[in-house]
Amino acid sequence: MADSTFRWLMLLCALSIFGIVALIATELVTHCDITLKKFGLKFFLGSAWNPVNNDFGALPFVYGTLVSSLISLILAVPLAVGVAIFLTEMCPRALRGALSFLTELLAAIPSVVYGLWAIFVLVPLLRGYVDPVLIKLLGWTGFFTQPDFGIGMFAAGVILAIMILPIISSLTREVMTAVPHTQREAVLALGATRWEMIRMGVLRNARIGIVGSIILGLGRALGETMAVAMVIGSSPTITKSLLAPAATMASVIANEFAEASDDTYRSALIEIGLALFIVTIIVNMFARLLVWAVTRGAPARAT
Amino acid sequence: MATMATPLKKNRLNHHWRWFANHLASVLAVLATILVIAPLVAIFIDLVYKGASSLNWNFFTRLPAPVGEPGGGMANAIIGSAVLLGLASLIGIPIGIAAGIYLSEYGRGTRLSNLVRFTADVLNGVPSIVMGIAVYALIVVPTKTFSAMAGGTALGIMMIPTVARTSEEMLLMVPHSIREAALGLGVPTWRSVLSITLKTAMPGVITGCMLAFARVAGETAPLLFTALGNDFWSTRLNQPIEALPLQIYVYALGPYDEWHRLAWAGSLVLIVLIVVSVALVRYVTSRGVLKGAS
Amino acid sequence: MGVGIEVNGLNAWYGTNHTLLDITLHIPANEATALIGPSGCGKSTFVRCLNRMHETNPIAKVTGEVKVGGVDIYNDTTAVEVRRRIGMVFQRPNPFPTMSIYDNVASGLKLNGYRNRRVLDEVVQRSLQNAALWDEVKDDLKKKSGASLSGGQQQRLCIARALAVDPEVLLMDEPASALDPVSTAKIEDLIFQLKSQYTIVIVTHNMQQAARVAERTGFFLNGRLIEFDSTHKIFTNPSDKRTEDYITGRFG
Repeated sequence: MADSTFRWLMLLCALSIFGIVALIATELVTHCDITLKKFGLKFFLGSAWNPVNNDFGALPFVYGTLVSSLISLILAVPLAVGVAIFLTEMCPRALRGALSFLTELLAAIPSVVYGLWAIFVLVPLLRGYVDPVLIKLLGWTGFFTQPDFGIGMFAAGVILAIMILPIISSLTREVMTAVPHTQREAVLALGATRWEMIRMGVLRNARIGIVGSIILGLGRALGETMAVAMVIGSSPTITKSLLAPAATMASVIANEFAEASDDTYRSALIEIGLALFIVTIIVNMFARLLVWAVTRGAPARAT
Repeated sequence: MATMATPLKKNRLNHHWRWFANHLASVLAVLATILVIAPLVAIFIDLVYKGASSLNWNFFTRLPAPVGEPGGGMANAIIGSAVLLGLASLIGIPIGIAAGIYLSEYGRGTRLSNLVRFTADVLNGVPSIVMGIAVYALIVVPTKTFSAMAGGTALGIMMIPTVARTSEEMLLMVPHSIREAALGLGVPTWRSVLSITLKTAMPGVITGCMLAFARVAGETAPLLFTALGNDFWSTRLNQPIEALPLQIYVYALGPYDEWHRLAWAGSLVLIVLIVVSVALVRYVTSRGVLKGAS
Repeated sequence: MGVGIEVNGLNAWYGTNHTLLDITLHIPANEATALIGPSGCGKSTFVRCLNRMHETNPIAKVTGEVKVGGVDIYNDTTAVEVRRRIGMVFQRPNPFPTMSIYDNVASGLKLNGYRNRRVLDEVVQRSLQNAALWDEVKDDLKKKSGASLSGGQQQRLCIARALAVDPEVLLMDEPASALDPVSTAKIEDLIFQLKSQYTIVIVTHNMQQAARVAERTGFFLNGRLIEFDSTHKIFTNPSDKRTEDYITGRFG
């Protein structure tokens, strides 16, 4: 009797995971009904964000989310894969433990601390040294133009890159290590250099998993809130220049929710939250499936 | 039997290019590693440099001073975080461990547990601000007040998937022989699971909880519209409450140098807490959690 | 054409474990030489020293001299070059699962910079024919992945892959031990035919196999080369008692 009660209790707790998902979904949906009814799906296509007139269009935030995430991926992926390759295939054994601990530590730093550091260290650095170079070399593309205050889309992309690096890197290392040693030997026995062995024997076999880890990084970048909110400039506009202030779906909720005085305003923000929820769930599901397909059998570590 | 009519000639140019590519790859990989470690080192140096000097007795015991004035502290934020984390642990740890017990002891290999595990992983990737909105709608709206209860609930719910996964992992490592020995003694299953299996896996389970704890300790977004923040002493569960990361956020964005100073100090405290947890987790898991098991 | 291998005073270690002690022998060109001995006697380590695969293990160490076709493979050339000229087939077939049959065979060529379609086509076909696999896969060259073949076919694919880069020596580390008897027989026939073009060194657990395919046989025990002679002599009238004990099944 006690046994089955216990078992049911444990089962209930396990099912709570589904409950949490259902809870979030229902709460979000019920509380954004005002704007859902008022704007429908056009909500995400409108670019005017005007709380005063109760006119809400979320396009600037969708744009901001996508562009900042794209910048972060472009910057983070080569570095993360590079680190993974170094740690898995090239690093002397003695250093491996210390270096992998350090990269793990990067994942543990809270978003708000990244934001703090970004405001006071990264942004001045970008404004003083990096942005001028970008304006000079790439100004003709229109993506890097004055005025440059340091904070903005590009700064957000950079701090996001630093934040998603550990995920991509550690998962890439996992899938690379899962490649059987016999594959490496097969390539070497043909007379390959070390890089060729890595390219043909490891990366090639692990590529699906690596793609999965990149998508997981993307999922994290899409939803990252605090650090982005602190350096993106909170401007609900769409500008071509990456050095201009912008806003993301997560940052606008963080920055404006407390001041959202009336129901429509709040509903608009909650609807953005709903979209964020759905998108990150889909992206994460897809990514997890890819990673699972490669490291099949071994339960993926809870990261 | 076919023979080699066109034997392979040695291709000098290709030969040199291959060695160049090999060396280039090594250089780039090392460069990437340096570029990745650099911000980490920079952040830690900045935290210590800018934050350590402000860590004095005042910091840990006093309330924030009137706007901009020196001498204040973040005592209420530290206490507030403690309260919130205590609440969160009360919610997240028991439910999480229970879920882990189910996955490992009852549902192992079933489709349901695979689905639960998958969902937990996916849930871990949902932005924490979404969790904040959901709890806002769930608790703050009906109670018409921001509260520590709401903040703690948000953090607690966030802990559940992580604790469940790590607990399951640790429980899975307990050798079958131990469970069989317990059953052989005629111990009811529920007893064996709790007193024997769980007990054996306890060090690992605890470290898993610590990991989840450290993670939510630094979370700000879910607290923005649940706990809200409070400039004064408050530990009442039905009132807004301050938290360390929340305070750091507000101070970082504020205009006063004094606030910035406090933000750095607060961040240093947070980071030390987290680094210690991560290091402990690594230490325990690398030493072999179940040394006493066999 | 194959070349001969001269080994002088070869010693090998795994960390502090002295796995090969003072091995000296001469492997003749264009013949098949079998290496037999009980598990752990060092025959696999020996073979891996011949194409410098042993040193890929970070705790491995090698001293002594190995000359292939007169070239000191440890001092006069690079490991990469050695491995191109000395091919290897492993115990478990290890084709590249993400590549087609064609790409598997061509992989070594592509590494060495050969891109010409015509040359690749020609070499792939020839290698598959030499590996007695051509007829079975010629219609699916680019459609099927290397891993979709049966175990025996996979191993012949690996042989074709090794042959494609035109080695002078082919090392085979228990190539048929993971295969069924029919595939094993096919591989043995293959060795017979390949002998005329390459020097073959085959490590085997199976004494009958050694007797069937090899002109010379070496018996290893506890890291030492006990006896090295014509296969016929080893199996009918061995000079060393330990060899005789092993042959007659008294141990191993």
